[in-house]
Amino acid sequence: MNTRPSAHFDVDGLLHDTRTRIIVCCGSGGVGKTTTAAAVALRAAEHGRRVVVLTIDPARRLAQSLGLTELDNTPRQVPGIANAGGGRLDAMMLDMKRTFDEILEAHATPEKAGKILANPFYQALSSSFAGTQEYMAMEKLGQLRARDEWDLIVVDTPPSRSALDFLDAPERLGSFLDGRLIRLLGMPARAGGRAYLRVLQAGFGAVTGALTRVLGGELLGDVQTFVAALDTMFGGFRERADQTYALLKRPETAFVVVSTPELDALREASYFVERLGSDAMPLAGLVLNRMHRERPDGLSEHQATAAADRLVSTREHRLTTSLLRLHAANLRLATRDEHRAARFTAAHPTVPVTRVPALPIDVNDLRGLREVGSELVAQR
Amino acid sequence: MPVSDWEGVRLHVVTGKGGTGKTTVAAALALALASGGHKVLLVEVEERQGLAQLFDVAPLPYEERRLAVARDGGDLFGLAVDAQQAMYEYLDLYYRLGRAGRALDRMGIIEFATTVAPGMRDVLLTGKTYEATRRRRTDGGFVYDAVVLDAPPTGRITRFLSVNAAVTSLARVGPVSRHAAAITELISSPRTAVHVVTVLEEMPVQETADTVGDLDDAGIPVGAVVVNQVRRPLLTVRDLAAARQGRLDRLMIEAGLRVAGLTQGESLVDRLAAEAAAHAERVALEKRERTAVAALDRPTYELPWLPDGIDLAGLYELGAALSDQGAA
Repeated sequence: MNTRPSAHFDVDGLLHDTRTRIIVCCGSGGVGKTTTAAAVALRAAEHGRRVVVLTIDPARRLAQSLGLTELDNTPRQVPGIANAGGGRLDAMMLDMKRTFDEILEAHATPEKAGKILANPFYQALSSSFAGTQEYMAMEKLGQLRARDEWDLIVVDTPPSRSALDFLDAPERLGSFLDGRLIRLLGMPARAGGRAYLRVLQAGFGAVTGALTRVLGGELLGDVQTFVAALDTMFGGFRERADQTYALLKRPETAFVVVSTPELDALREASYFVERLGSDAMPLAGLVLNRMHRERPDGLSEHQATAAADRLVSTREHRLTTSLLRLHAANLRLATRDEHRAARFTAAHPTVPVTRVPALPIDVNDLRGLREVGSELVAQR
Repeated sequence: MPVSDWEGVRLHVVTGKGGTGKTTVAAALALALASGGHKVLLVEVEERQGLAQLFDVAPLPYEERRLAVARDGGDLFGLAVDAQQAMYEYLDLYYRLGRAGRALDRMGIIEFATTVAPGMRDVLLTGKTYEATRRRRTDGGFVYDAVVLDAPPTGRITRFLSVNAAVTSLARVGPVSRHAAAITELISSPRTAVHVVTVLEEMPVQETADTVGDLDDAGIPVGAVVVNQVRRPLLTVRDLAAARQGRLDRLMIEAGLRVAGLTQGESLVDRLAAEAAAHAERVALEKRERTAVAALDRPTYELPWLPDGIDLAGLYELGAALSDQGAA
């Protein structure tokens, strides 16, 4: 295998560059996205930048460490930041339903907004539609950027089926809300019949019949009321999704792909890297979390195992034997992880990589986040 | 052969936090259930072809294919459910919609139902699993002795399995909601068990506890907790305690190294002691997490960590470990 080393991902360079205004952390579930986002945001703030971190679904104790005790959709200052450089860190947790409600309140008359908020179809849409979380994360990102109160916005991405959902789901939901389907669904039965006829020259009777049969008349009634109340906003949803998507393509944005050396996670990271490439989106680099570290000094795995075997035959020195076995096991893991990292780099030779070692304990306070931050920037 | 803890269970749902190895555990459980001449179906619903990768076969179509032969005879079949294909099948099966189904596609209804609509996608995915679980041969027996579902991760599992709640929030009456009710009946019955996979780390164990609570609240039967990737401590309890306090006997280590013919001296002792301390730290953390798992009061199985990654041989090994502990 070609083992040319990857370029080093200079995380500090990215954080200190005042042209970097948005950092998006993405990757599959369980790779440490939220922790990476929080560590990056903290490091930038302690370097002197004014930072806000938007988390989607943080673990309880990590949220507490950021002072996030309630989900109120508003950035709050994180206490305990070393702010000698004049930096500041705000943190917020996304409330997707609240974000959706706010869009409606901002764009519809109070009377219409009230009607929509009370509509059963809207309530399902805003709390359980697939893609709503991604759409609202994008929306919130757009709002925070428009406020222009922060030098840097760090975003964690929702736990989706695929990391690509963060890019695709908002567009899907936007298209649905603005699309002909919802208008057709929303039309009163008789006019709807004519609309179907125009759209589909053939088979329309079967279609309307099927819709009523599959979905039931009650749902169609809810959708009709919803669409009637929504009329002033048509065209707006997709446009909003498109605007944020465009924001993600600007050079002020940096995507940080997070992975572990596990094969599934690396595969997902590869898909994401390829997608960013084909969409001309700015990829800053890959963070490889939970790497077992190999230090250049000491024994090789083979030497350690051979030495342990020699000691076993002496029937003495049980402690030293165990320590040599442990050393061999650690080296084996480190070799495996490096091998996998090298395979990623062989496939994506231009992607800069930084490695964060496997920490023996979970990170759930600012001290731990600082430690992750310094590992992120350490040259190895 | 020991009696299984799950007599009477026909649908095994396997979930876990991302990175805990739920697909591996689902496959090992399916192999264990198949061994001894049984026929088992392993279903994946996340559209990531995890089974094909795990069993090293070509990507699975929307069709039941044989994946492996189990120990002592027995067949393991695999199926990758695709929501869109399941939708066509559903429309065809329940509404006899041939051409009209395609017209729905042109209007964006299929995409809406399979990607955006809350619960619809989940009804389709669980619906297919439901159908396979209940499918019978012409002689009246079940086609599959058991079905194992490699389900979405813990973060989404309760919503995924609460199809009835999701669908009735949208369509309160009508055939979709009736279909969902039938699926819910199976999922909340003693014929189903939802197993949660974890590793001995703080966050996955916390998520496991949360998930067990959520499933209980939703009336969905929780099965076992499977502790995956368990590494045996390499040091004795006394050495672990000493290592954590930085009080390992350095002279003794050095003497051992000399006997082994290693002459790096102090620097190697330092390094081995540091590795021992980190190891001891992790073992202590694992002990705490094991206590937290025990507090959940569920049948618990431990699976060894396989350093070389998972291949078919590894799956058989894990499957045998599950059988030995009563999982199958």
